[in-house]
Amino acid sequence: MILGIDVGGTHTDAVLVQNFQLIKKSKVLTNQAGIVSSLIEASEKLTSGADACNIQRIVISTTLSTNAIVQNKTNRVAMVLLTGPGLAPAALGMDKDTYFIRGYVNHRGIPAQNVDEREIEEIGTEIAVKNIRHAGVVGKFSSRNPQQELDTAKILESPSRHISLGHKLSGQLNFPRRIATTYLNAAIHDIYADFVEDVRKFAARIGPEIPVYVLKADGGTILLDQSVHSPVQTIHSGPAAGIMGILATTDMTQDSVALDIGGTTTDISVFADGVPLLEPSGVTINGRKTLIRGLYTKSIGVGGDSVVEAAKDGLTIGPKREGPAAVFGGRTATPTDAMIVHGVAHIGDMQKARDAIEKIAVKLKMSVEDAARTIVEKTASLIADQIRMTIAEVNNKPVYTIHELLEGKIVEPKILYVAGGPAALAPFIAKNLGCPHSIPRHFEVSNALGVALARTTAEVTILADTEKGELVISEEGLIRNIPRHFSLSDAIDTGKAVLREKAVSMGARPEDLAIEVTESQEFNMIRDFCTTGKNIRVKVQIKPGLIASGAER
Amino acid sequence: MSDKTKKTGLIFFPAFDWAISPNHPEREERLLYTQDQVFEEGLLDFPNIVEYKPGIATYADVNRCHICVPDAQNLTTSSHLISAGGAITAAQKVLTGEVQNAFALVRPPGHHSMLVAHGARGFCNINIEAVMVEYIRHTFGVRRIAIVDTDCHHGDGTQDIYWNDPDVLCISMHQDGRTLYPGTGYIEDFGGPNALGATINIPLPPHTSDEGFLFALDNVILPILDEFKPEIIINSAGQDNHYSDPITNMNFSARGYALLNEKLAPDIAVLEGGYSIEKALPYVNVGIILAMAGLDYSHVREPDYDERRIRQSPEVTRLIEQEVKNVMTLWKKKKNLKKQITGSAAYVRREKNIYYDTDEIVEKQIETVRVCDDCGGLVTIESAADTGKRIFAVILPNGCCPECRKNGETFFDRVNGAQYHHVYFQDRQKDIFIVK
Repeated sequence: MILGIDVGGTHTDAVLVQNFQLIKKSKVLTNQAGIVSSLIEASEKLTSGADACNIQRIVISTTLSTNAIVQNKTNRVAMVLLTGPGLAPAALGMDKDTYFIRGYVNHRGIPAQNVDEREIEEIGTEIAVKNIRHAGVVGKFSSRNPQQELDTAKILESPSRHISLGHKLSGQLNFPRRIATTYLNAAIHDIYADFVEDVRKFAARIGPEIPVYVLKADGGTILLDQSVHSPVQTIHSGPAAGIMGILATTDMTQDSVALDIGGTTTDISVFADGVPLLEPSGVTINGRKTLIRGLYTKSIGVGGDSVVEAAKDGLTIGPKREGPAAVFGGRTATPTDAMIVHGVAHIGDMQKARDAIEKIAVKLKMSVEDAARTIVEKTASLIADQIRMTIAEVNNKPVYTIHELLEGKIVEPKILYVAGGPAALAPFIAKNLGCPHSIPRHFEVSNALGVALARTTAEVTILADTEKGELVISEEGLIRNIPRHFSLSDAIDTGKAVLREKAVSMGARPEDLAIEVTESQEFNMIRDFCTTGKNIRVKVQIKPGLIASGAER
Repeated sequence: MSDKTKKTGLIFFPAFDWAISPNHPEREERLLYTQDQVFEEGLLDFPNIVEYKPGIATYADVNRCHICVPDAQNLTTSSHLISAGGAITAAQKVLTGEVQNAFALVRPPGHHSMLVAHGARGFCNINIEAVMVEYIRHTFGVRRIAIVDTDCHHGDGTQDIYWNDPDVLCISMHQDGRTLYPGTGYIEDFGGPNALGATINIPLPPHTSDEGFLFALDNVILPILDEFKPEIIINSAGQDNHYSDPITNMNFSARGYALLNEKLAPDIAVLEGGYSIEKALPYVNVGIILAMAGLDYSHVREPDYDERRIRQSPEVTRLIEQEVKNVMTLWKKKKNLKKQITGSAAYVRREKNIYYDTDEIVEKQIETVRVCDDCGGLVTIESAADTGKRIFAVILPNGCCPECRKNGETFFDRVNGAQYHHVYFQDRQKDIFIVK
C-alpha cells in the first residue's frame, strides 16, 4: 500500500492506494506555518488502524521549496563564477556576494585558463568574515568538464560551509541558468534540510523503515534522503503533482491536453502519446530561468473567478480577478456566475449570480440568459484559443536536423481532460476545439493519487570526445578515459548503466527502470582534412510516468 | 534592458544530419560548437532574442532568381531548400515587423551560386540570399536592397545574379582574388551597363586585420550605402576572414566581426562560409548575435586571441588605403561611365567561363544585355556546359520597361528550340517562369 500526500497552497490531500485502487482519501486545509502538521493531519485519518502496518512507501509533494523562494526565506549565498569570455558579467546579475574568478574551459571542456588558488583562498576568507555559510560554484561549460568547479570547491571547503556545484545539478548547457539553479539550490538548503528532518520524524510515527519519497518538478520521485543534496529539484512539484494526477486517473495513451481551471488562472499541460511534455530548457520560478527538469505547463489569465466586463468592443474576461464570484458574495460578474445562470453549474446563491450577469446583459443589450450563454462561450473560446497557441508553440519548437524538420513528431490533441475547477466548462471548450472531453475519476484527490503512483525519474548526459580520449557525465561528476574506438553504442551503453545505478540510488524499483535514449548524436571531428576523433552526445532518461503494476501494490 | 537593445530573430538550423561528403568542410560538425556556445551563453533566453524554425523554400522561390539546369528539382535537396527557407523566414520576421533584425544561421551557404546554375560551386547549389531577396521583392514590394558580402571569398554568385540590376547594390569585401578562390572580384568589376556602381568590389590583401576591415567599412561601405539609400541591408555573413580559418589568410577577430555588424546594422544577416568551426565560429556567431541584439559584446574573445600576433603590417595598411581610394574614385565617376563603356551599342555582350569546383563542371556562357535607360535591361544568356547541357534564357528585370519586355517576349517566341535542351523565360517583374 502507498500513502500519497499532496501539500497544496490551500488543501492538503492524502490517499491510500493499493493495486492502483483508491482505498481511502482525506482532505484538510494546509497549515502554511507548518507543512509537517498538514502531513500529520491529512494522514492521521488514513493510517489509524490496521492499514498503517501495510504501508510500503510514502510519497509527498510539497510547496515548501517554491514558497521559500517566492517568500524570500532563503540563505545568503556567495556565488563564485568562472565566467571566461562571452557574455558580459553585468548581464549575469551581480550582487555584493558574487565573485568572478579566473579560470575557464572552452566548449569542448578543454581548460583555456587555470584557476588561481590564491584568489579563491582570499574569497574563502572574505565570505567567512561576511559570515556567509552557503556558496555556489559555477563555471562556464562546467557540464563539459567539471574539474575546475571541483578544484575551486576543494579550496573553499570548510566544515561550516555548504557548497553547491553547478555541474551536479544539470548536464545541459546554459551558463546563466546554471548560475540561477545553483544559487537557488544553495539558497533553500537550510530550510529544506529542516523539512527533511521533520518528515523523517513524521514517517517514523507511521511505521519504522518505510521509505519516503518526494516529488520533483519533472513528476518523478526521489528518496527523501537523496533529495537533501539537490533540494532545488523539488520546486514546482505542485504543478507536477497535478499532471501526474491526470495520468493516474485516466487511461491516457494518445496526444492530449489537460486543463486545471483555477479561480484566477488556467493551467494547460500537454501530453504526447500519453507522456507529459517537459519544459525544453528548465522551469522558471519567480522570474528566474533554471535548468531544473520540469513538466511543461502554461498558465493563462482566465479562470472561474475572472472579472467579466462589457466594454465598447465586446466582452472582456480576465486577466483581473477581484475576489470570489458574485454567487459567493463577490463584487463582479464572473464565468462561474454565468455558468450558474446558464444552468450548467448548480452551486451557491442563484439570485446573486443572476444580479451580476444582469448588469452585463443590460450593457450588451441582451437577455440575462443570452448574456450568460455568451459569457460561457467566450470563456471557453478564450481558453481554446490559448490551447491552440500552446500546441502551435510546442510544434514550432526549433529542431536541428533535416529529418526532424521534415518528419518530426507533431502533437495533435485527440482529447481534452479537465482535471480541476468547473467541469461544466469542459464541453464548451471541447466543442470549440472539436475534440471529445473527459473528466478524470477521483477528481478531488487526483493530485495525491498522482504523487502516490509516480515513478522515479532521472536523466544523464554523456559527452564522449575520442580526440581528447575522455567521457564526461556532468551530473555524476564523472570523468573517464576512453579508447579511440569508443563508439556511439558504447556511449549509450555507458549512459544506460550509469542511469540505472543513479535511479536505483534515488529509490527506483527495478521494474520501473523504463530507460529511453532521448538524444544520440555522433560527429566526425575533422581537423586539417583528417579525421581526428568523434564527438558523441547522448542523453538517456527515465521518462515521467506511473510505476509499473505489480503484486506489491 | 537599455535603449540600445533590438528585438532580434535567430533562425538557427545547423543541419546536423547533412554533409557534402564525410570529410568536406561543409559537414555535420560545422555549427556544432557554435550551437554549444550560443546555448551555454544563454542567448536564447534574452527577451529580445527570439528563435524561429526555418521555413522550406519552394521551387518557385528558387526559379525567381536562378535558371537551374535542368531544373530546380534536380539541383536542390531538402538541405538547400531549408537553408534558403531559413533566410526567407528571417526576411518575413523583419519585414512584418515581428523583429527589428534577424540572423539566419543556416547551412549550406549560397553566395557562389550564379544566375545560371548547372551544379554546385564553392559548396553552393543555390544562392540563398538571392532567393530571399526575390522573395522580399515579390512579397513585400521592396525596391532598393543592398547586399554586403563580408565572406572572405568574393561573392561572385550574388554579383552575377544582380550584375544588371541597378536596384540591388552588391558590395563584396574579400581576400584579393589573386590569392584565393574564386579568383575574381576586382575593383573594375563595377556592374553591367545599366547598373554601373551597383556592384562594388573591395579586394583586401592577405593578413588584413580588424583595423583594415573597419577602415574599408568606414571609408567605402558606409559612405556608399549612405548614397545608395537601400530600404534593406543584408549582410552575407561569411566568417572565414577569421585569423584561425584553415582555408583563407586573413586576420579578422570575433570582436571585429561584432563591431562590423554593429556599425553596418544589417536588417538581415545570412551565414555564408567560415570553416574554423571550433576556434572561430562559436565566438564570431556569439559576437554577431550580441551586436545585432544591441547587447554588450565587449567580453567576447577567442581563448587564443593575441592582438599583437594578428595585427596587420604597415604595408597591408598602405595597400588597403590605396584600394579604398581607388574604389571611391570609381564610385564618384559612375554616372559618366555608361557612355564611355557602351558607346552607341544597343546590346552589350559578356563572355564567361565558369568552373564548378564542387561538381567539376565547366560552363561557357554568353550574356547579352540590352542597353536601356529605363530599366535594368533585358538579358539573354546562352550557356553550354561540359555535361552536354546547352540552354538559352531570357530574363526580364524587376521594373522591366515596355521596350525590353517587347524584345524579350519576341526573343523567347522566336528562339530556335531545337538548338537547346531547354529554353527558359524568367520574368522577375510579373513573377513568371516558363521552360520550353
